[in-house]
Amino acid sequence: MEKTKVVVVGGGLAGLMSTLKITEKNIPVDLISLVPVKRSHSVCAQGGVNAALDTKGQHDSVEQHFYDTVYGGDFLANQTPVKGMCDNAPGLIYAMDRMGVMFTRTSEGLIDLRRFGGVKNNRTAFAGATTGQQLLYTLDEQVRRQEVLGMVNKYENWEMIDLLIDDNGVCKGVVAQDLATMEIRAFVADAVVIATGGAGMIYGRSTNSIINTGAAAAILYKHGVPFANGEFVQIHPTAMLGDDKLRLMSESARGDGARIWTYKDGKPWYFLEERYPSYGNLVPRDIAAREIYDVCVNMGLGIDGKNQVYLDLSHLPADYLNKRLKGILDIYQTFYGDDPRKVPMKIFPAVHYFMGGIHVDWEHQTNIPGLFAAGECDYMYHGANRLGANSLLSAMYSGTVAGPAVVKYIGGLQAAAAETIGNIADLTVKKQQAEHDKLTKMTGKENPYKLHDEMSEIMYRNATIVRVNKDLEETDVKLQEFQERWNDINITDFGGYSNQTIMYVRELRGMMDLARVIVGGALRRNESRGSHYKPEFPKRDDANFLKTTLATYKDGDPEFSWEDVDIQWIKPVERKY
Amino acid sequence: MVDLKSVKYIKLRIKRRDDPKSPSYWQDFQIPYRPNMNIVSVLMEIRKNPVTADGQTVNPVVWECNCLEEVCGACSMLINGVPRQACAALTDKLIEKYGDRPIQLEPLTKFPVIRDLMVDRSKMFDNLKRVHAWVQVDGSWAIGRGPRLADKDQRIAYEIAHCMTCGCCLEACPNYNSKSDFVGPNAIAQVRMFNLHAIGRMQAEERLDALVAKGGIQDCGNSQNCKRVCPKHINLTAHIAAMNRQANAYVIKNFLDK
Repeated sequence: MEKTKVVVVGGGLAGLMSTLKITEKNIPVDLISLVPVKRSHSVCAQGGVNAALDTKGQHDSVEQHFYDTVYGGDFLANQTPVKGMCDNAPGLIYAMDRMGVMFTRTSEGLIDLRRFGGVKNNRTAFAGATTGQQLLYTLDEQVRRQEVLGMVNKYENWEMIDLLIDDNGVCKGVVAQDLATMEIRAFVADAVVIATGGAGMIYGRSTNSIINTGAAAAILYKHGVPFANGEFVQIHPTAMLGDDKLRLMSESARGDGARIWTYKDGKPWYFLEERYPSYGNLVPRDIAAREIYDVCVNMGLGIDGKNQVYLDLSHLPADYLNKRLKGILDIYQTFYGDDPRKVPMKIFPAVHYFMGGIHVDWEHQTNIPGLFAAGECDYMYHGANRLGANSLLSAMYSGTVAGPAVVKYIGGLQAAAAETIGNIADLTVKKQQAEHDKLTKMTGKENPYKLHDEMSEIMYRNATIVRVNKDLEETDVKLQEFQERWNDINITDFGGYSNQTIMYVRELRGMMDLARVIVGGALRRNESRGSHYKPEFPKRDDANFLKTTLATYKDGDPEFSWEDVDIQWIKPVERKY
Repeated sequence: MVDLKSVKYIKLRIKRRDDPKSPSYWQDFQIPYRPNMNIVSVLMEIRKNPVTADGQTVNPVVWECNCLEEVCGACSMLINGVPRQACAALTDKLIEKYGDRPIQLEPLTKFPVIRDLMVDRSKMFDNLKRVHAWVQVDGSWAIGRGPRLADKDQRIAYEIAHCMTCGCCLEACPNYNSKSDFVGPNAIAQVRMFNLHAIGRMQAEERLDALVAKGGIQDCGNSQNCKRVCPKHINLTAHIAAMNRQANAYVIKNFLDK
């Protein structure tokens, strides 16, 4: 085939790794990204990336990494893909090291390893507290080299707004919009990789960047790709409080010795250490978040009577902190003013990561042939709760699976998409142009930003740490009202160039669709597992719910079904820390 | 120092432009004072109610931002004339320092304006291509452990590796403008990082060729502005000095080898 080409949507770790793997096989890639790829949200990841390098004399192993990940995810992840990820993690980290990632070093020049939550060994490679930034930049550099070699065309500040699906239901590219000129055009391709990250913006304030709306995943969902395990949203236990954003304070702080406490009876109370003597401050995130919530909300013991507790590393030497954690200490000091080397930080749990996502097979292909998904936007590796430092790993690893799977898929095609696309591209562009023109003329009463605020407020209240069926039902009704009110939006920006409001209003509609997937999935899962906790059903119920939730779009609503989980390697047992 | 208790409004004076071809104009905005805001959160408030200080409804202000924690580099702009990240520009501090007068926001001047406060910094990424800012590995596949790296070298390189390509250093550099072909302080520092890496070093000459070529390190006038404005506190002048030594040694070696 002559004019073979792949479109990758998203330039974070998963998208860049997919791009690299595809271009290394001499297939050119059009890389479409909302932002210059170097500004993708992977840049915000802090604490590190897991790989059983076993350089600390602890007899760590890929088997133990596999077990910890499956156990930490409360047995909801398909085990075979997780095994593949853990087996390949050391090789992947060493490859990234060769490409120039500035990992923090030991005295003999090896990659240093720190401890992370839900784990007893030092298994987390890190570059200070800016590991995501360092990994992202390194892949950005490698992809820039492919760009110079003529293998990659970047379309930065472009947004994917639709898929090209032919009459046989095969994906043949995407439609995207230039966010400066507002031009809408088709990108015909033999395969498409979606690597568009999570959807924290559904909750308004989270640890996520503002591009993390899930809008791309919502486009796939509306095309009939199931969204899996939407109800599993990770709440990170330690984030700064803020008006505009809940800035992450990495788990690595605790890995390196920070302690969580509040006052009880006038004395410091290290409640995680007391309640979990074996793991202490390094219990998995779902548990730490619930405990902090319990201490603040149920017991009323938050610092200064507010919903906040201390994350304290002021007892550690400043030199040690500067070498390992400077990235987050600077963020805290810049945005809060206090120096965490001297006084404890004030933190509270915040929405952080989507374990759920686009449903894919074990090679990251969706139910639409030619359409793949990788990274946080897929659902594959974390089950009901993600262990810290497994997300940078799954983002990169899924790219190393999706990339070669795309190459294999293209090898089996009879003709190039460019030759067989027919008028699908023109028709889809026309349809999206008409949609866009409609958006430019919206002169209703609703301010889109205020409507979003209302939605996030109710989502935060009812679909985070504690879930109650009555509240979830009420939330779903509200969400349908918001969907109605969306039609009455006032676009507020009537400029014809670089109109950010049009883009935002379109994304808001996608966020509303996914919010209903989250709430509907949570409502139907009558058990407690990992991040999903219902006081009405406090126990895990494997007989009924050891299943992946699938939400499929049907006539405007999500329709729910369930799929068995692959448990062929490790027999599910009760999860206790 | 202004007593924040007496402040009723956060006032902004914003330089606007509808598209690359239209002329610029200024508009004033104000929002009721709230503590602990930053320039991004103020712009978000204006977006919810895009009305100028004199009551005129206008199109919302367009700007670039993403992470809101000073690691992505998107939200660079001139704030009271200083290039910096808008997310980390706390309004309480600005009011305390500059008083109650409007905080002035302008797009960076060394890059083409797209709209309002948004500029096109793609030239910075092109400059990274000029200096071969990557490690030339045979491929991304797994072939075992990478090279060892001394802790002291990692510390130098890690500092450089924080560069967000935000453009503040270029904005402040008197030797860089939209027409100059100077690669800029950030790209020069990047070369130092790659030349420290055991595999990256194997292509050190290619990068040095770029630094001794036209638009290279000799265009640095040593004003030291870059270091002063870098939001990641990268010691750019020290890295430029180190590269100057490498470049000089390289030129002399080339001369002697002729």
